[in-house]
Amino acid sequence: MPKRPGTTCGRVTQVLQNILRQNRTRLQHRFAIMHSVDVRSVSKSFGTMRAVDDVSFSVERGHLLVLLGPSGCGKSTLLRMIAGLEDPDAGVVAIEGRDVRGLTGAARGVGMVFQSYALFPHLTVADNITFGLSVRGVPKRDIAQRLERIVSLLGLEPLLKRKPSQLSGGQQQRVALGRALIAEAPVCLLDEPLSNLDAQLRLELRREIRALQQRLGITMIYVTHDQSEAMSMADRVILMRSGQIEQHGSPAQLYEQPASLFTAGFIGATPMNLLDLDDGPHGAVVAEADGHAVFEGPGRGRVLGLRPEDVSVHGINGPNRFHATVTSVEYLGAEAVVTCAIGRRSLQARTRGDGAPPVGARVGLGWDAAAGHVFDAESGRRLSIQTGTVSRPLQLRTATNQESNCA
Amino acid sequence: MSPHPPRQARTINVHIQGWLLALPAIVLLAAFTHIPGIATIFDSFYATPHGKRPAAFVGWAQYQTMWTDPIAWTALKNNLLYALITVPLSIGLALAMALWVAGRIKGRSALRLAFFTPTILPMVAAANIWIFFYTPDYGLLNQITRAFGGGSVNWLGDPSTALPALMAVTVWKEAGFFMIFYLAALQQVSPTLYEAARMENAGRWTIFRRITWPLVMPTTLFVAVNALINAFRVVDQVIAMTGGGPNNATTLLLFYIYQVGFSFWDTGYAAALSALLLALLGLVSMLQFALLGRNVHYR
Repeated sequence: MPKRPGTTCGRVTQVLQNILRQNRTRLQHRFAIMHSVDVRSVSKSFGTMRAVDDVSFSVERGHLLVLLGPSGCGKSTLLRMIAGLEDPDAGVVAIEGRDVRGLTGAARGVGMVFQSYALFPHLTVADNITFGLSVRGVPKRDIAQRLERIVSLLGLEPLLKRKPSQLSGGQQQRVALGRALIAEAPVCLLDEPLSNLDAQLRLELRREIRALQQRLGITMIYVTHDQSEAMSMADRVILMRSGQIEQHGSPAQLYEQPASLFTAGFIGATPMNLLDLDDGPHGAVVAEADGHAVFEGPGRGRVLGLRPEDVSVHGINGPNRFHATVTSVEYLGAEAVVTCAIGRRSLQARTRGDGAPPVGARVGLGWDAAAGHVFDAESGRRLSIQTGTVSRPLQLRTATNQESNCA
Repeated sequence: MSPHPPRQARTINVHIQGWLLALPAIVLLAAFTHIPGIATIFDSFYATPHGKRPAAFVGWAQYQTMWTDPIAWTALKNNLLYALITVPLSIGLALAMALWVAGRIKGRSALRLAFFTPTILPMVAAANIWIFFYTPDYGLLNQITRAFGGGSVNWLGDPSTALPALMAVTVWKEAGFFMIFYLAALQQVSPTLYEAARMENAGRWTIFRRITWPLVMPTTLFVAVNALINAFRVVDQVIAMTGGGPNNATTLLLFYIYQVGFSFWDTGYAAALSALLLALLGLVSMLQFALLGRNVHYR
């Protein structure tokens, strides 16, 4: 029926349609629809402990986000709030643009893999995977088809009739993954899924999970305390510390531009060397050590961060910045981590495995002048200071004990 | 010279040690369970000895008497009814109470203790409490029914209510005990299993039926066997509360055995009745293990 704007009926219809359109755009603006998961100012306390403290972030559709942090940082609580297993004290969680308050798990479009797998011990692999579908009354034929698809995806065909107790850890993990994925929810949550497996299997499953996520195009939120897992799998990493986001960025951003001392110390297989700085005549110098100025300006109250791979070990007479003594060598095959003592502090350098000096050797340490990171010692925040910008010619200088005592 | 003799000696030594360690239990079990049990079966084929007349072999005569004894049949029927009603009822109640006090509720320790209290009372004491409940006119139950305008019921004196009244005591006393087993079983179930079920939006009933119930099945089997055996061993509350009456309405097998053996001193017939009870219990537990064992998930 063609609408006639002149008649009352036509006018009313138009007004109603306008209201509807306005509301829809308002809703879409509220949670940008590109985002698969939106977490807005979410907080959660247990007693007096603030487990999650006003955290906001969003995950793009098809991305793998890793929530990284030491135990007790609130990452698991955050994940459980996204799953709906825990209600936030404040804030909003939106999945696919929809506020999911009051819904749990499948109803909000998320599946979950638990750290302990949480497989039902009395059910077979097939029954475990299809548990959710059968609970929600999906027709049997539909269940069988989906089971077949997911089982071939995960390579579980020969295990369907087994009970969880007859499976290895890796197999149990795959079953748990199958149970989380069979509902084809847009978001999959994983809570430290690999922490109960041995190292070799962990590497294997890491790749497998990442490949699966990319193939299915689903959004994943992955909780772990293992920074190497985070770095190798994630599109984006959120590093958490005592209930708050310490840094949110790509793995490369976290590694190359650590926003704080905490990030600097947490990311990297061998943690970043952190050296206190002191004031010197030509700029900031490393406290209690002989060496050149690192950058122009005051050094006291600041910390220099150096990645072990940016530190090079030379003979004692090379173009060095420090003289040091080798205290230990950790040989890893292709490379070695050499720990050196500079005065009372120690510094780690990575060398080729066959080029490591012996323990006790006097060596000279150098580093690419621009490779340093500078942090404020008190707040721990990164300072936008470029190292290696001293204009005067570099000269060897010994920091006196007097100066360091003043600090 | 060869190393064999000392090793052999050591093996023998180990066997002797093992038997010595088991000896106290063997002696006690044999003296008070196995030998009397076998002796009972032998005795059931003999007539009851009297002063001058020693026991004479009578073959199956005692069993033939039993076949025609209406009271034996009544006792058997009463006992089967007793088991059929008290066992599922106390198991169901035990599980319900355990589910309730396993949850995070206020004062759950007090509640657990309250549920367990009947178990620590001696049966005779419990029976006396219940006699007061059941007393006509001024008993607790009748005071309640009268407050609601009902008439007075002689709970233990009426043949139609006497047996159910005894059943209530058994259920009341056993449910709390079995609750402890269920509580232990429920605490063994990992809470993440319930979270995994919640993630799939399973309702409370579905979670119970598809997760909790199968996981506590070993406990159910254990409790069921015990409850069934207990149901056939009931005698104290019959003696304390009804004496088998009225009109044998509360005569149970063990009570009848006691009556025949120690009131009528017909020990031969009592032995035959005991053999029947023994056979019945053995059969029941074997059947139960075989039937339930198939669906039991052992972790």
